[in-house]
Amino acid sequence: MGVAVSARNVNAWFGKNQALFDVSMEAAANCVTAIIGPSGCGKSTFIRCLNRMHETVPDARVSGEVRIGDLNVYDGTPAVEVRRRVGMVFQKPNPFPSMSIFDNVAAGLKLNGFRNRRELNEIVERSLTAAALWDEVKDHLRKKSGASLSGGQQQRLCIARALAVEPDVLLMDEPASALDPISTSKIEELIFQLKENYTVVIVTHNMQQAARVADFTGFFLLGHLVEFDKTQKIFTTPADKRTEDYITGRFG
Amino acid sequence: MRNSSGFRTWRRRLTDRLATVTALAAAVAVVAPLLAIFAYLVYRGVGAINWAFLTQTPKPVGEVGGGMSNAIVGSALILAVASAIGIPLGIASGIYLAEHGGSRITRYVRFTADVLNGVPSIVIGIAVYGLVVLQQKHFSAFSGGVALGIMMIPTITRTTEEMLLMVPASVREAALGLGIPHWRASLSVVLRTAASGVITGVMLAFARVAGETAPLLFTAFGSQYWNFKLDQPTAALPLQIYVYAISPFEEWHRQAWAGALILIILIVISVGAVRFVTSRGMMKGTS
Amino acid sequence: MDGPDAVSPSPSAELVSLKSAWRRRARDLRPSRWGDVIFSGTTLLCSLSVLAIVGLVLFELVVRSKLSIAQFGWQFFIGRDWDPVSGEFGALPFIYGTLVSSAVALVIAVPLSVGVAVFINEMCPRVLRGALSFLVELLATIPSVIYGLWAIFVLAPLLRNTLQPWLAKYFGWSGLFTGPPFGIGMLAAGVILAIMVIPIIASITREVITAVPQSQREAVLALGSTRWEMVRMGVLRNARAGILGGIILGLGRALGETMAVTMVIGNTPQIAASLFAPGYTMASVIANEFSEATGNLYLSALIEIGLALFIITVVVNVIARLLVWTVTRGVPAGAHAQ
Repeated sequence: MGVAVSARNVNAWFGKNQALFDVSMEAAANCVTAIIGPSGCGKSTFIRCLNRMHETVPDARVSGEVRIGDLNVYDGTPAVEVRRRVGMVFQKPNPFPSMSIFDNVAAGLKLNGFRNRRELNEIVERSLTAAALWDEVKDHLRKKSGASLSGGQQQRLCIARALAVEPDVLLMDEPASALDPISTSKIEELIFQLKENYTVVIVTHNMQQAARVADFTGFFLLGHLVEFDKTQKIFTTPADKRTEDYITGRFG
Repeated sequence: MRNSSGFRTWRRRLTDRLATVTALAAAVAVVAPLLAIFAYLVYRGVGAINWAFLTQTPKPVGEVGGGMSNAIVGSALILAVASAIGIPLGIASGIYLAEHGGSRITRYVRFTADVLNGVPSIVIGIAVYGLVVLQQKHFSAFSGGVALGIMMIPTITRTTEEMLLMVPASVREAALGLGIPHWRASLSVVLRTAASGVITGVMLAFARVAGETAPLLFTAFGSQYWNFKLDQPTAALPLQIYVYAISPFEEWHRQAWAGALILIILIVISVGAVRFVTSRGMMKGTS
Repeated sequence: MDGPDAVSPSPSAELVSLKSAWRRRARDLRPSRWGDVIFSGTTLLCSLSVLAIVGLVLFELVVRSKLSIAQFGWQFFIGRDWDPVSGEFGALPFIYGTLVSSAVALVIAVPLSVGVAVFINEMCPRVLRGALSFLVELLATIPSVIYGLWAIFVLAPLLRNTLQPWLAKYFGWSGLFTGPPFGIGMLAAGVILAIMVIPIIASITREVITAVPQSQREAVLALGSTRWEMVRMGVLRNARAGILGGIILGLGRALGETMAVTMVIGNTPQIAASLFAPGYTMASVIANEFSEATGNLYLSALIEIGLALFIITVVVNVIARLLVWTVTRGVPAGAHAQ
């Protein structure tokens, strides 16, 4: 059900500072692609260019081409449509505190005009199940607020929220970095299951995590994509010395 | 994959545009009266301001000419008293609140200062009437000053507290480390560092009470004559504007506009000076 | 001049004497205990004076309204006749006037204030933001009497000649817009009050909107929302309590506002359905009649109105501040730049 994401010659700026330099890569359909690299290397900036979130920052600019399947992200598609097709999960869980668990998951649906009670109930249950949260919250769907859950549950709620609108691609920006180890492993399990139906691109500063969940990995350094290959290869026989230095812990 | 229906997207985009236009309209509707008021003040007031206006006292009812000089001077006198009361009490209270952040007294004082801030100015006037005017058995500039001074205190207290809290602890520690006693450090070092911010608060409070009329209605009471003594009824600019504005005399209406223009100029200068001081950098001592 | 200071090969005489001067001063300052005590005591006293002032205000109001309270009891607040000549003092017309003028003010001011706040913070091009917010703040610096002056000579004629006839024509059926259009009256008072409370509501709304974390905005955008949907779901929804607090704070200001209202409300103690009719507010009757009040009962009745006004505004203000605090978590108002 997922589609491939391809980026070609993507450059990005914050005002006068260039953050990405000519990045080209392809995230294969129904696979997990990890983006790794030291702080400030542009990994978050890159994925935010995939769903046009980068341009929401004042004075931010992007050039190059991004395609989600056959959809041209920058040329000819309204940003609103792109963001509906590409789901995003952020580093720090950000459920809507003023809404119930149910309303949180249904938020994207309601925006798109879904009013039918039965349909909403179905989709919410499906999404929460896909996010491995259904059993824990099914009894308090409308009574508890989104913010009353634990950190790990909140993040899974955010994942459910993103899945509810049936995106083609799921972007995850260090989704487990603010969570405890148990929640982290739950999320990683989830990612494994999600790739059956979605294309997942995950940014992580945790190399072990990338090795665990990703099929492909891209290594970024100072805004450049240094190396991109099957995760196996990157972590055992990297082609570039800089990649090798990073994964052996010589810096970063 | 679901496709969002074309109709719906069209409707959402329309709503978005409509919302932007409505918000813009609100902004225009808010700024318009402001510009209208300033425009009118200049339009009606400029013609009436002349040397006579600034130097003479009011002429008898019905006669053309005369001025508000006594009101301008009277306001100055009343504001001087108000400042003498409000500024020291306000700054000292602000210092106390900043230095004793968590104590119960601090919380009560802070809460009470906010309460005092919300009390209608006319009610303050009533209280000062009872406390001062009835004791002295006459209206006076002093009682007007007391009323306005009371109104200055909450603003100055809160601003002083905030500005002092913004001074980094390292500044005080440096002073204490040099052997300067605590009280000296508070005054000469910490307060001095926060000085421009504190002055900002003082000027804002000043600008606010300079335009107040209600508390003066039965304290300073107003007058048609010069007065330089604290224990006599005194004219004040806002008070005079009020009396003239509600009178049936065309000539007095003219002068009301003139007085209003002068009042707003003085206030804008104070507020402008505040912005100027703030933009030049608040913490001159800590950068 | 003793100990390790003498190690350096050639300390200048100046440096040496400076060091000894410091030591002397340090000795002198030890009785600084006194300094600290006096300082703390003085600042404490000044802070307590704030409590004392509010206490005294309340005291004066209560003591001097005793006469009226004893005479009229609770009837005071439901009596409809205010006739000083015959000694009849019923405060209902003023309570009605205060509430209605404030209600009209809020109906006009709330949408405008929230609208301008949303515009400045979320929609305005950044270059305009500073200028626009400055202009809105400037509205707050205009003294009440100048608002009143403008209202008498500009607003009232405008209402009389254009708005009131229009309202009477299309909405007269509601009963709110009937009677001769004087210009002066409840509507004028409501409009000028609205202009005066807009800066308060707008600035608090802006403050609470700013306090909403960026991550909430991004969460809504990432779902594929338009900008307005992002503002509605990600900002306003989260800032609801604070905005309500701002509105109530504006209400508090409207309830106590005196001069501008007095100048255009018509100062007639009556209860009428139409907004075209003149009215009277609690603050206005005090302003108008206090210095002319003959007799202790008259004065006491006015002061009792003042006491009621004091209590109402204090309660409203406290509720407002609590609401605002829940959103901004206790950051003092005015601490944010812009």
